[in-house]
Amino acid sequence: MKRITIAALAFALAAPGLSAAQNEQFVPANFYWVGPYAPGGSGFGGGIIDYMALLNERDGGINGVKLTWEKCETEYNNARGVECYERSKKKGPTGATVVHPLSTGITYSLIDKSLADKIPLISLGYGRTDASDGRVFPYVFPLITNYWSQNTAKIKFIGMKEGGMDKLKGKKIVNIYHDSAYGKETIPVLDIQAKKYGFQVTHIAVPHPGNEQQAQWLQVRQIKPDWVILRGWGVMNPTALKSAAKIGYPRNKIIAVWWSGAEEDAIPAGDAAKGYISAGFNLPGADMPVMKEIQKHVYGKGKGEFEDKSRFGSIYHTRGVVAGIVTTEAIRTAQERYGKGKPITGEQMRWGIENLNISAARLKQLGASDLMAPLKVSCLDHEGGSPVKFMQWDGRKWSVISDWIATDQSIVRPMIEASAAQYAKEKGITPRDCSKEK
Amino acid sequence: MLYREAGQFKSSYGEDQQIFPIRQDRIAMALLLVFAFVVVPLFGNQYWLSALITPFLIFALAALGLNILTGYAGQLSLGTAAFMAVGAFMAYNFVLRMPWLGVIPSFVLAGLCAALVGVVFGLPSLRIKGFYLAVATLACQFFVLWVIQRWGWITNHSASGVITAQTITLFGYPLTSPAAKYLFTLSVVAVLALAAKNLMRSETGRAFMAVRDMDVAASVIGIPMMKTKLLAFAISSFYCGVAGALYAYTYLGTVEPEAFTLDLSFRVLFMIIIGGVGSILGSFLGAAFITLFPIMLNLATSGVSHALGVEVSHAVVSNLELIVFGGLIIFFLIVEPNGLARLWQITKEKLRLWPFPH
Repeated sequence: MKRITIAALAFALAAPGLSAAQNEQFVPANFYWVGPYAPGGSGFGGGIIDYMALLNERDGGINGVKLTWEKCETEYNNARGVECYERSKKKGPTGATVVHPLSTGITYSLIDKSLADKIPLISLGYGRTDASDGRVFPYVFPLITNYWSQNTAKIKFIGMKEGGMDKLKGKKIVNIYHDSAYGKETIPVLDIQAKKYGFQVTHIAVPHPGNEQQAQWLQVRQIKPDWVILRGWGVMNPTALKSAAKIGYPRNKIIAVWWSGAEEDAIPAGDAAKGYISAGFNLPGADMPVMKEIQKHVYGKGKGEFEDKSRFGSIYHTRGVVAGIVTTEAIRTAQERYGKGKPITGEQMRWGIENLNISAARLKQLGASDLMAPLKVSCLDHEGGSPVKFMQWDGRKWSVISDWIATDQSIVRPMIEASAAQYAKEKGITPRDCSKEK
Repeated sequence: MLYREAGQFKSSYGEDQQIFPIRQDRIAMALLLVFAFVVVPLFGNQYWLSALITPFLIFALAALGLNILTGYAGQLSLGTAAFMAVGAFMAYNFVLRMPWLGVIPSFVLAGLCAALVGVVFGLPSLRIKGFYLAVATLACQFFVLWVIQRWGWITNHSASGVITAQTITLFGYPLTSPAAKYLFTLSVVAVLALAAKNLMRSETGRAFMAVRDMDVAASVIGIPMMKTKLLAFAISSFYCGVAGALYAYTYLGTVEPEAFTLDLSFRVLFMIIIGGVGSILGSFLGAAFITLFPIMLNLATSGVSHALGVEVSHAVVSNLELIVFGGLIIFFLIVEPNGLARLWQITKEKLRLWPFPH
């Protein structure tokens, strides 16, 4: 009896997929709405869904192909993330088009599965850095800017503030990181840059979840660094700012990674956050044309994702919109090759992302010139290596304090290739020959 | 009516001592095994196999390991996840550095490494017990993760501390499809569960239970404390280590040390508390409850909101799942503090009398 019930349940769940209209493109929305990282998950998820809803409402989808999605709660937990992936991959007429895991851990867990299922993974500004080598990782796209690239831009920014890269010699930099795979990713690239520019770097780990940092900041006080790089996530960020205020470390010398630089990170720290600097590959704001369109066509019809309207245009929200633009533009690119107005498969989507080229002119058409930098992906380079902007918290909102600062691929690319080659060797993968790709 | 043992006579010691003395139990067990080994891989789809049943089996094995230590030998432990981590990371190193070894020897060696760590951290159990011992094993939890994160050799100097499981081959057949991984996991779990069941019926198992029930009395009747307690730690950690290796190789494929945090230790502990402390069946029931139930709940709520056409905010659904799950744990603990296994036992006893209870 129990088995019959389960079978009936399974059928009932599978049935809506069968009856769905055929001219649809399914994009899973596997994010998180509960737990300590919910602001990031719900904000990003809200952005990507809002943008897809905009295309459906305003343009009737992409060349007539409606976008559909279904939410699945991953709790930022690897096991649940894998479960959501397995649940979503066969939905829609052509299966899952592309998956945004929105967690470095889940990205790692899905790398093998996505290759076997031919479903591309986009890890926008996170994930496995060496997957930028598309020859070894055909189905993984750490798009826009990966952690290592971002880090080189950060050191450049520090150099600019100090008055030139040669001034970095003898300077002290402390890297405070979340003690996880995500936090540790930038240690090697910092070490290499320290050698190159002659600064001293100290790595200090903060154990998960990071709501206790007194010992770490006492160490910072002893070192008296010129700059602190904060590589936090979730509750670790406001705690770091408060601890810095307690020991009197100037907040305008703290530079954060983009997962530490949202409104949700700064507001809980109150006054302690004033002056705090963060990197960003997307910029916040509700006044950009694309955001106004979302306001008009989606929220105007009462279909928006946020009940709390103050989150509209926040960093996480616009980052989700960037994810929406990248995803839908890649679908468009793939449709141009495999047939306009027809849903594409994951394999075709892979080609679409690999040949994605969002130019400045295209960004202007989309009304997103102020949102992100242009992006070009290739078989060799699955990242795009886009430049980074820096923002400062003024106590109320983030304001941009720099131009787009280019990343230093002369440092990053050899590291990526070496690391990817080691992975290929361990797994017995023969890298693709990019000159033979069409 | 069907479940009755009248007319089943036992005429030898062998018959009297078999695991399932009642014929109906033997038939049910055989059917279950046929179902698990033949029907499930033939008809189960990929989602069921790789996202639900395989992790359920792996957690059942880990819960079984903890049950040997906590349920049978009475030693409270919070180091389960650490032992799993040792198993996962050592299996990775054995496969990486000694590829000629083969999968099963690698997994056995990984389990033995976990057993060794278990013995070392089991040493305090000779002096302390109860909650104090739990704190000592908590140290193990943090120490092991710290070593894995700091000692580059273990992760083959991966910058992020993440390892990717290699493809494993068994008798020349690569274990890549969900069905193959499932069958491999099932075989390992079935063999180890059978071994555990028999172990608990042997002299060693009875020594464990004697230590659990009253260690002073046990030592008075001549049970060596040191050997028994450390053996319990070793066997339990071996099981957890193998579960960890399976977790890496047949389930997630890529593991980071953070996957094995204290949270996971607690989850396994909850599994045996809900399933039944000191019961092999309980380990499976508890694992099923903790791993599968939240997902079923999630599917059911979205199914219901679909069917009724009510638009419920997703955040509400996600939080509702946690609330209902927590509520059910409390409900079960109040209704049956001895776990789901005990409920099953009561059902069986009632069935034997049905339909004529006295």
